[in-house]
Amino acid sequence: MSELAADLIPVLDSTLRLSTPLLLACLAGLFSERAGVFDLGLEGKMLAAAFFSAAVAFLTDSVWTGLAAGVLASVVLALLHGLASISFRGNQLISGIAINFLAVGMTAMIARSWFGLGGHTPALEGGSRFDALHLPFEGIVAQVPLVGPLYAELISGHTILVYLSLALVPMTWWIFYRTRLGLRLRAAGEAPDAVETAGISVVGLRYIAVILCGVLCGLAGAYMATGLHAGFVNEMTAGRGFIALAALIFAKWRPWAALWSCLLFGFLQALSLRPDLFERHFSIHLQLQLLDALPYILTVVILAGFVGKAIPPKACGVPYVKGGAG
Amino acid sequence: MTSTPASTHASMPSGQRSPNASPPVSPPAIELRGISRAFGPVQANREIDLSVMPGTIHGIIGENGAGKSTLVSILYGFYQADEGEILIDGRRVDIHDSQAAIAAGIGMVFQHFKLVENFTVLENIILGSEKGALLRPVLAKARRELMDIEREYELEAPPDAKIEDLSIGQRQRVEILKALYRQARVLILDEPTGVLTPAEADRLFAILRRLRSEGKTIILITHKLREIMEVTDTVSVMRQGRMLATVATAATDIEELAERMVGRKVSLQIDKPCACLGDTLLEVENLHIETGTETPASPLAGIDFSLRAGEILGIAGVAGNGQSELLEVLAGYRRAKGSVRIKGCEVALSGSGIDAGSRRAAGLAHIPEDRQGVGLVMGFSVEENAILGYHRSFGYGTGALMDRSAIRSEAKRHITQFDIRPPDPGRAARDFSGGNQQKIVVAREIGAEPDILLIGQPTRGVDIGAIEFIHRRIIALRDAGKAILLVSVELEEILSLADRIMVMFGGRIMGERPAKETDERELGLLMAGVV
Repeated sequence: MSELAADLIPVLDSTLRLSTPLLLACLAGLFSERAGVFDLGLEGKMLAAAFFSAAVAFLTDSVWTGLAAGVLASVVLALLHGLASISFRGNQLISGIAINFLAVGMTAMIARSWFGLGGHTPALEGGSRFDALHLPFEGIVAQVPLVGPLYAELISGHTILVYLSLALVPMTWWIFYRTRLGLRLRAAGEAPDAVETAGISVVGLRYIAVILCGVLCGLAGAYMATGLHAGFVNEMTAGRGFIALAALIFAKWRPWAALWSCLLFGFLQALSLRPDLFERHFSIHLQLQLLDALPYILTVVILAGFVGKAIPPKACGVPYVKGGAG
Repeated sequence: MTSTPASTHASMPSGQRSPNASPPVSPPAIELRGISRAFGPVQANREIDLSVMPGTIHGIIGENGAGKSTLVSILYGFYQADEGEILIDGRRVDIHDSQAAIAAGIGMVFQHFKLVENFTVLENIILGSEKGALLRPVLAKARRELMDIEREYELEAPPDAKIEDLSIGQRQRVEILKALYRQARVLILDEPTGVLTPAEADRLFAILRRLRSEGKTIILITHKLREIMEVTDTVSVMRQGRMLATVATAATDIEELAERMVGRKVSLQIDKPCACLGDTLLEVENLHIETGTETPASPLAGIDFSLRAGEILGIAGVAGNGQSELLEVLAGYRRAKGSVRIKGCEVALSGSGIDAGSRRAAGLAHIPEDRQGVGLVMGFSVEENAILGYHRSFGYGTGALMDRSAIRSEAKRHITQFDIRPPDPGRAARDFSGGNQQKIVVAREIGAEPDILLIGQPTRGVDIGAIEFIHRRIIALRDAGKAILLVSVELEEILSLADRIMVMFGGRIMGERPAKETDERELGLLMAGVV
């Protein structure tokens, strides 16, 4: 039993690391969609951020400059989405998909032209990567049975973006339910005409939401290239933007539930890295491919509506036309 | 008292000073000078002049398309006027957006409420006027202020209830409170009674009178002449984008206002001969809708009635008490339990046997409540809509091919017989006005020469000229010996058309009365569920 527990800690440890990009992207989607802008382009924004953060981090040898570049790239794409879907009232799904294609092509092309390595950046090392943070008293607490390993191996030793993403959950909740901005954002996603008649600009609010979405996607992408991995690889986000959307639906657009659903997806991803555990503890031989597919299978199950009714914000996906309906 | 000026462009102040003999020293609470607004080639508002004295209730009436909505949108900053100026308390104001309108002291209660349904009353009231960035202190302060306002104006709304749990009347009071919280001095209400029961409408009028006594100025925009007569001090008529005349309400009457509104004499009284009853054509017994898999908004709980040839049976009730579901069951697109016999033959109510086509074949036609969603395909032309649902039975072509010229001549027949304007059979349904859209549906269903006609809300959103026309056709159909089931939320309409009236409440029939022996008061009580 304790053997299983000892094996579980590394799995939970990687759950935390693998959940982080999902959680950041999921919160990004939450901001955007709660304000009424559907965003299929989370994936593309993450990918662009992953590339630019890795590339700039490599070129400047500073992970922080890289992070800034990644966030900037993501925000630029977010503004493009805003321009298409808020200002020009275009179809939000199509705009999102276009951004995904744009990001795939653009990152591969620029990577080739800058580094000539077949579409990825050189491996990052030293100051161009996020280091693990070691929490205080790690060495001492590690001696304590049970709590010690949990603290030292699971809680301590992650990059700063992991802790930031966890801290963003209560912050997001607080913004949405305790501040004026949150009230207005939620109203913009539910009844934009009520917002406009109250004398507030729906367009302005939705741009704020879309920009925040861009910042968070930027963090997610930068984390993938400079925290989770050491550099950019072609299409490295591998559908995480879409998994984050599924997690968002599973969470019914609520911040705390987003944390739990992203941890679930992260756990499945972590499991797929350790097929040996199933053999050792349960004597089941699982196909590696099946394990790999688990997060995606869960995504399909969630989107097919097997997990109860998820009602999106009422005006989500509907371009707002001032004085329109009447 | 002035008599009503016969010509257009009445000069406002002379017509204004008469009501209540209020001292005319203060400037008008709201004054419009030469407001014009065009949308492309359409001149929606033309040189509108209006002035409303403080502490009065002013009515604006006009048909659909007369320019009332445009005027409202200009006053609330959704559109800007091309020309003209707006003065509040004698000062010129520039209303470039809703924020500016609110700042100028204008409050608006729209026909379709602008509320966030899953927010609480309090959250809705503060939205946009939050005094601070953090919600908790803002809400606590707003709660106290709201209580003061409620006390002052004798208006109440549960602050922590969600809007979606409130009745329509309560939602409207939240809208009024919202305006008062923003310290509106001029309150504009657009078609406020369209969705209210008579009792709720009376309550609204009481609130408006109370607001007037507190010095607020109220502009009531409606097409219901009776309300104008009941609650306003002065009234203006709009037609084709112009403000025709402003008169003291006491100095005019319904007939005169209707005539000004339409531009010709209209008869609001429908003369109809006595019903000559024939055979029983439709019998309904113990009709239920199962709740469960396809839970309806309002289930039916045991409906019994019968309908004979040559009569109009009216079903009154506040919207959402099962009338829509009843029509859907009878028309064959909702499952139910119980028994329905058309001309003595039992029809299937559940299973795979139910479909609207077989009901049509049995001689039953249906003018649906929701003409844009159910009655018409909005992107289809008049021609295509003219045969919708009858495309198999009329011989419009053979096999899979349609006979375009036969369809066109049928559509042209509809257009001439029902005066559909513009008379263009190729024009898409969405490009017609509400009244003409309704005529397209009515023409098709009456044109099919049914024995039984189900009619849902025949004149909702239809202007007064078309209402008169549609009413006449319904009466003519009755006199031709057809059986008609008429569902309407407009009590006046039911009272003037129906021979017998049933009232539905909560999925049940609350009572049945001969139309000649009842009145709005009695029906209104039944509609509210009071037996």
